Amino acid sequence: MSRIFVHEERCKGCLLCTTVCPEEALEQSERFNPNGFKVVQQNQQSECTGCAFCAEICPDYAITVFRKKKSAQETAT
Amino acid sequence: MSSQPQAEERVAFALPLTMSGASTHFCPGCHHGIIHRLMGECLEQNGLGESAICVGSVGCSVFIYNYIDVDAVEAPHGRAPAVATGVKRALPDRFVFGYQGDGDLAAIGFSEIMHCANRGEDVTIIFVNNTVFGMTGGQMAPTTLLGQNTTTSPKGRDMDKDGAPLNMSELIASLDGTAYSSRVAVNTIKNIKQAKKALKKAYRAQNQKQGFSFIEFLSACPTNWKMTPLQANEHVGTTLMQRFPLGVFRDTVE
Amino acid sequence: MNAQSDTVSLIKGNEAIAKGALAAGCQCYFAYPITPQSDIPEYLSGELPRQGGEFIQAESEIGAINMLLGVAACGKRAMTSSSSPGISLKQEGISYLAGSELPGVIVNITRGSPGLGSIDPSQGDYYQATRGGGHGDYRMLVLAPSTCQEAYDLTIRAFDLAFAYRNPVMILGDAILGQMKEPVLERRETVDTSQEASEWALSGAKDRPRRLIKSLYLADGALAEHNERLQAKYQEMHKEQDWEEFATQDSQVLVVAFGSVGRIAKSAIRMLRGQGYRIGLFRPVTLYPFPSERLRELAKNNSLITIENNAGQMVDDVRLAVRNVSDSAFHGVMPGKLPSAEDFLTPILHVWEQNSQIAQAAER
Repeated sequence: MSRIFVHEERCKGCLLCTTVCPEEALEQSERFNPNGFKVVQQNQQSECTGCAFCAEICPDYAITVFRKKKSAQETAT
Repeated sequence: MSSQPQAEERVAFALPLTMSGASTHFCPGCHHGIIHRLMGECLEQNGLGESAICVGSVGCSVFIYNYIDVDAVEAPHGRAPAVATGVKRALPDRFVFGYQGDGDLAAIGFSEIMHCANRGEDVTIIFVNNTVFGMTGGQMAPTTLLGQNTTTSPKGRDMDKDGAPLNMSELIASLDGTAYSSRVAVNTIKNIKQAKKALKKAYRAQNQKQGFSFIEFLSACPTNWKMTPLQANEHVGTTLMQRFPLGVFRDTVE
Repeated sequence: MNAQSDTVSLIKGNEAIAKGALAAGCQCYFAYPITPQSDIPEYLSGELPRQGGEFIQAESEIGAINMLLGVAACGKRAMTSSSSPGISLKQEGISYLAGSELPGVIVNITRGSPGLGSIDPSQGDYYQATRGGGHGDYRMLVLAPSTCQEAYDLTIRAFDLAFAYRNPVMILGDAILGQMKEPVLERRETVDTSQEASEWALSGAKDRPRRLIKSLYLADGALAEHNERLQAKYQEMHKEQDWEEFATQDSQVLVVAFGSVGRIAKSAIRMLRGQGYRIGLFRPVTLYPFPSERLRELAKNNSLITIENNAGQMVDDVRLAVRNVSDSAFHGVMPGKLPSAEDFLTPILHVWEQNSQIAQAAER
């Protein structure tokens, strides 16, 4: 399953990413980063497809997206 | 959950190498950061990082040189198109781009931008329109919407006193020296993809020496619009675009 | 740029400046028409492109100085010229050149001011040139030619100084110098200046870290530190002091005058020397750095009179230079009136009379 990593120290809690995630997998957490912003997090209910839309719209480059490499056998078919 | 790729994982999205990676000073939800990344990406994909020279302006936009890692020079307020002209005439084979806000370009710098375009200088000007003077605290700008409250139009911009907002992309598109002029936005993924195409076209116009290229980015300014980042992002799509429609207004690029 | 021929040509001061710029390897020139300097852009509009350079008639003097800033940031030699009102428009750009430590040559063929004034000669822009008409504690090297030959030579020096100090340099002429014609010997050899800025100029960050040319320093103490570096540079410039002395070996009264007025004063001094009066001339060529030390020396055994084509500006620097040693009388020809040698005789003799009365009183 693909996933994102939020560099929490960079996030400003603007939540633009939550408006573009097709799986609605992003939500505001209750955690504050050192700058006092409530950072975003991936919620548990939905699955990240690695589409990277969230990273595309993030103004602060706070999201790195990891896409699952199809295992060798899957790419062969 | 690690910040590094694990087994079977590859990084699907990373910051272009032309970016410094420094976290930005912009307000939460400000679109400058998105625009910078698109420009950095386009520079990297066109292999322009090593030949690019950035001309910064005065306003929130000035700190672009902290985030895009290329040779850069600061222009006095409003004068980036003239400085860019000088840079391009001095180094015709370098990729020269200016980055200006609406106060810088459409108010004090109106003469410079129009004449730079009219001369058909082979430079690219990125124009960020957020309808206010941002850095100085949200005063009225030439692109402030009718009725829009700012710190210097407390009762809303008044047509009789302050005139109507200036549509720069259309004005610049009317000049023969302009090879490409379009208006884009970064408030949705679709618009971001469109904006990337516009940047590519503008960069090609310059590289093929076909004349002046210009892209206006509509941009949110939550702080000075007194909105949340989500409301401001919404506002770009609903209200701004009524006065400032997206589109390509001139394209003679082969 | 091809080598200049070793010729002498009868040309205007304006053209001498334009030719001097080409001889100095000027590659870009940014123009805007204004009397009485328009011969400079007119000449360069044909000649500069012919030698592979860039000529632009800008949208305004503001556009022009900022185009120069762009070229300077790339370490190339550029010039712009105008006259008083146009030079006022360039002041912000000049302050940015100083703050960003960028080289460039700005020519002011001064005209009658303030406001629209006239197209008569004037020296009314002395303060603006030497004290900085823009914002902040910056200085420009200011060179004041009095002959067409000097206009040619000083323009070449201006470019060399601009790049030596990474600072804007001004040629301060006036309508007399700009419009009069004199023979000018053009220099033959051209110097290769292509690498003079390779250490700092922008060129695209290839195989090196990116470079940034700016004047914004927001971090705590950063601007103060930057200003201290600038002030040290301005002190460094003091060794560039340059002046002309005429008949000072036995003078008792010294006329201090620059540019065209310095030359007209020399004629007056020759007339008075013919009548046996021991008068001398001190003509500053660099207005910044002002040649204070030598003037202070001469003031020990001379009474001074400063003559200018304005309401009194350089006289301040003269008095500063000789404070506690002497003072200076002043004779000003109002801009709008053409200064002539005959006009200077009476004020100089007035100082001569005062001087001899003091001398007689001292003997009794």
